[in-house]
Parts: sequence; structure tokens; C-alpha cells
Amino acid sequence: MTKDFLQGFKDGLPVGLGYFSVAFAFGVAAVQNGLSVLNAVLISLTNLTSAGQLAGLSVIAAAGSLIEMAATQFVINLRYALMSISLSQKLDRRVTMPDRMLISFGVTDENFAIAANKEGTFTAPYFYGLMTLPILCWVGGTFFGAAAGEILPAAVLSALGVAIYGMFVAVVLPAAKKSVAVALVAILAMALSCCFAWVPFLNQISGGFAIIISAVVAAAVGAFFFPVRGEENV
Amino acid sequence: MRVFLYVLVMAGVTYLIRMLPMIIFKKKIENSLIRSFLYYIPYAVLAAMIFPAILESTATPISAAAGLLVALVIAWLDWGLLPTALFACAGVFLCEFIMKLL
Repeated sequence: MTKDFLQGFKDGLPVGLGYFSVAFAFGVAAVQNGLSVLNAVLISLTNLTSAGQLAGLSVIAAAGSLIEMAATQFVINLRYALMSISLSQKLDRRVTMPDRMLISFGVTDENFAIAANKEGTFTAPYFYGLMTLPILCWVGGTFFGAAAGEILPAAVLSALGVAIYGMFVAVVLPAAKKSVAVALVAILAMALSCCFAWVPFLNQISGGFAIIISAVVAAAVGAFFFPVRGEENV
Repeated sequence: MRVFLYVLVMAGVTYLIRMLPMIIFKKKIENSLIRSFLYYIPYAVLAAMIFPAILESTATPISAAAGLLVALVIAWLDWGLLPTALFACAGVFLCEFIMKLL
């Protein structure tokens, strides 16, 4: 059990590193939008999501309604539901209900990427280990960003911005190298995502929805044309 | 006080989205079409999040493209998550440094 925790802890290191820079940027933005350091840290501690928090910040800054806040979070973060369903299938059968409820707090894009990439099933201690550093770095980065905004040179902040995407590439590309079907699904998802970014009318759709639609369509096409046989990991 | 209400709504909605599927889908899903769909979902979600959003992640799309290129090479070589992330950052930093010199 301890071994699982330590393995997860180690796997969480690159995530934590990436989170620190993104959270730092969020902290800076939060203070610029008139929030206190305490509020910024509280948001990061309770939400643990980059896109959702940034969107939430703009709702707060615009003094939007609570309904608007709920709707924004729902749309942007709905992708986590897909990830939780996917991870629920990879969880060790013995994982209890309270553990499931705690684990789900740590479902983020990056933790998901790592846990989904793991061979076979994973245990609760593994996921607790995995989410430890990301949570600490997310909250810590927010604190430093909010408290001491402009310490890091702009060039360093800019370079750190790409870290999380680099990690995503390191999950997708090796899998696409091994399976033509995964490669085609990934290319289709990116093509759809480009349409939502650049095609008039389609680019009016919010980022959260765009990701959900792109991913669901691409994965459905993959499942339909290249069904996975037998005991391959899900 | 108002801010706390905002935070409560944000955190509540976000947590429920993550938590409910985790406790509802406890049994192993047997349907092969759904299993295949769930097999592809991680790659589809991550791919959709990478591109084109990565182009907006640094000071300019040019340096972001340089970082993406470096990430593709390192990931192709299977060096792992952390090296890929670090080399991509280094690629962005170098690219922006060179752009300043030009």
C-alpha cells in the first residue's frame, strides 16, 4: 500500500511542476481582479481546476449571478465527468465508497492523463499519492502568485506556460505511435477542436463545450470503426 | 461574504461533476462499444485540449509552436512526461531568446 502511494507520489511530480506555474499565473490574475490572497488560495484549494477557476474569476469580476457561475462551471468542467467514468473502470475493485468520493476530488486533466495511462488497475493509495504534489503545488503556486506577483521574469513565465501541454503530448504521442486507431482518433479530435477555435459561428461555442464535443465525436468514431477487442485496458 | 458564496457554488458544482460518475459507475461496463469509447476518450480529450490551445500558452504562437515541436520529438523518443515537459519549456525559452536577438 505504501509502495503504491510512493509510486503515485513520484508520478505526480511532473504534474506538480506544471501546476505551480499555471497556479502562479492564476494567483496573479486573481489579485488583479480584486480578490484577496486568502480568497485566491481558497478557490484553488476547493476547485483544483485551471480553466474553471479562470472562468469563475471573470464571473466574480463582472459581478455575475450565482446561476451564471454554476452554469459556467458546469459547462467548462463537464469533461471531468467523462474522465471520472473512464477512471471508475480502472479503479481496483476493492476501492470503497468513501475512497471513491475522496479520489474524485483529484480528477484533473493531468492526473487523469497519468492514471489513465497506467497499465491495468490502480489502487486508492496510488491515486492519493498521485494527487498530493499537484494539490500542494496548485495551492502553493496560487499563494506565491497572489502574494508576490512579479518575481519571475516574463520569459520564464512564458516558457512554463507550455509545460502542461508538453505532458499531454507525452501521453498521446507514444500511444498513437503504437496504434493507428489512437492516432486517427487524436488527429480527428484536434481537427474538430481547431474548427471550434477558428470556424465562424462554431468559435462562439465555449471552450469547455468545444472540448467535450470534439472528444466525444472523435472517441465515438474510433469506437465505431475500430472497436477494441477483449481485455485491452479501458 | 459574496465572494464566499461564489467560491461555494464553484467548488460544489465542480466537485459533483467529478464525484457522481465515480460512485455511479462502480460495476465494470461490459458493452464493447462503450468500452471502446472509454478506451479512446483519454486520448481524444487530451488531443482536443492540446491543439490549438497550446498556441496560446506562451508569449507568442511562434515560440509555442517551437515548444510543441520539441515536445513531439521528445515524446516520440519515449523519454517520459517530465523530460518532455521540461524540454518543451526549454524550447520555448530558447526560441523567444533567439527572437529577441533577431
